[in-house]
Amino acid sequence: MREDRAVTAATRSPPASGPAAPVLLPGTSVARKQLVAITGVVGVLYVLVHMLGNLHAFQGPRQLNHYGEYLRTIGEPLLPRSMLLWIARIVLLTAVTIHIGLTAQLALRSRAARPVRYVHPGVVQASYASRTMRWGGLALLGFIVFHLMDLSWGVHPHFVRGDVYHNAVTGFRRWPVTAVYLAAMAALGLHLYHGTWSVFQTLGVNRPRWDRAIHRGALTLALIVGLGFSTVPVAVLVHLVK
Amino acid sequence: MNLTLDVWRQRHAGDQGRIVRYQAGGISPDMSFLEMLDVVNEGLILGGDEPIAFDHDCREGICGMCGFMINGIAHGPERATTVCQLHMRHFRDGDSLTIEPWRAGAFPVVRDLIVDRSAFDRIIAAGGFISASTGSAPEANNIAVPKQDADSAMDAAACIGCGACVAACPNASAMLFTAAKVVHLGVLPQGQPERKGRVKAMVETMDGLGFGHCTNIGECAAVCPKEIGMDTIAFLNRDLARSAVLTGNGRA
Repeated sequence: MREDRAVTAATRSPPASGPAAPVLLPGTSVARKQLVAITGVVGVLYVLVHMLGNLHAFQGPRQLNHYGEYLRTIGEPLLPRSMLLWIARIVLLTAVTIHIGLTAQLALRSRAARPVRYVHPGVVQASYASRTMRWGGLALLGFIVFHLMDLSWGVHPHFVRGDVYHNAVTGFRRWPVTAVYLAAMAALGLHLYHGTWSVFQTLGVNRPRWDRAIHRGALTLALIVGLGFSTVPVAVLVHLVK
Repeated sequence: MNLTLDVWRQRHAGDQGRIVRYQAGGISPDMSFLEMLDVVNEGLILGGDEPIAFDHDCREGICGMCGFMINGIAHGPERATTVCQLHMRHFRDGDSLTIEPWRAGAFPVVRDLIVDRSAFDRIIAAGGFISASTGSAPEANNIAVPKQDADSAMDAAACIGCGACVAACPNASAMLFTAAKVVHLGVLPQGQPERKGRVKAMVETMDGLGFGHCTNIGECAAVCPKEIGMDTIAFLNRDLARSAVLTGNGRA
């Protein structure tokens, strides 16, 4: 009897009176954020592998092009050629779509949550990284399109299909291109710093005694990925890689 | 001390509202911020004007009634302090201060600096309680509570519901408030039977009232006069994830 009363009291909730936001996936704002976090983890793992793969550029054209070809042949002859590559692409595209779609939806709700803005806005302690997640994320989306056009789809003045090394070197020789890549890596570093810590917080893994370590780990990861990616374009620009 | 105040004046909920400049003269550094406003209001009343309306009750920092933005910071520049306990010695003679009410769609302005925070009451009503028969108080040691749990429950229960967390959040999210209530009951043995249902009902109600979501920026915890930490939000997130994965209503 006592148990029954407890159940009805806790599940009862007053009628929701807020604006009816379009629902991409059902669930509370917290559950949707947790999906953003999980899809973010997919992205973090991907950029880490991508960055490590890029370092083959320092081994010379044969090694880098061989690595590019290897990515298409993983699993052969058990899997058809490029099968794993396509699976990875589909997983990534799905993750990115959910990540951006849910974030856009949540951000619009948050915007609506403060219809009248402050005359005198103020910030007490929020980091630059945490305050630029949305615009920084959009900038990264723009960069991803540019990057795919540049080095995957071949909208590139000296593009040679399959010659990864040649495409990278001739591309990064032009300093405006390198500048775009470096700016994007700064944005990626900021996004990863707040994003990685947020994953632990949003999924509820964070504990007060681990908080500092998670912050440091997120910073380390952001620096490794941001600087790791930056080494190749910078090395090409200063003729260390030719 | 002499100060220049830019204060939000709004006659009623439907009024447009605007910033009005006042000069506050002869302010003692030992006054609290609210006493300073009392002095300004006395001048306004003597001059035949309407006094600046602001919420207040205990004026000792424990009731949660007072609170507004001072130069963009909820409860002003001192940490762990409500405006009633903020003293003028923390400001300098000649300072220019902008005073605005909490801004959130879920906290409509009633008048000047007073906002309607009954949205918080609705979040509480959705699950911020324990449905147990109330009779005479039970013997305190009937249910053993580990000291650590009692401490974290007490830390979370320190929340006075002032609304500074919502005001400081760029998303006008009520996560810190809701999380404080979820932790306060969720770590105690008495809170276990309804733990999963509570977190779901409270978060759904919070969403429904038009509060934003949490982006882990931490401005809420930084302005909280009771120093409720971001760890309470992690606790709420954890309980909500578990309530989604596990069925039933009890222990998350």
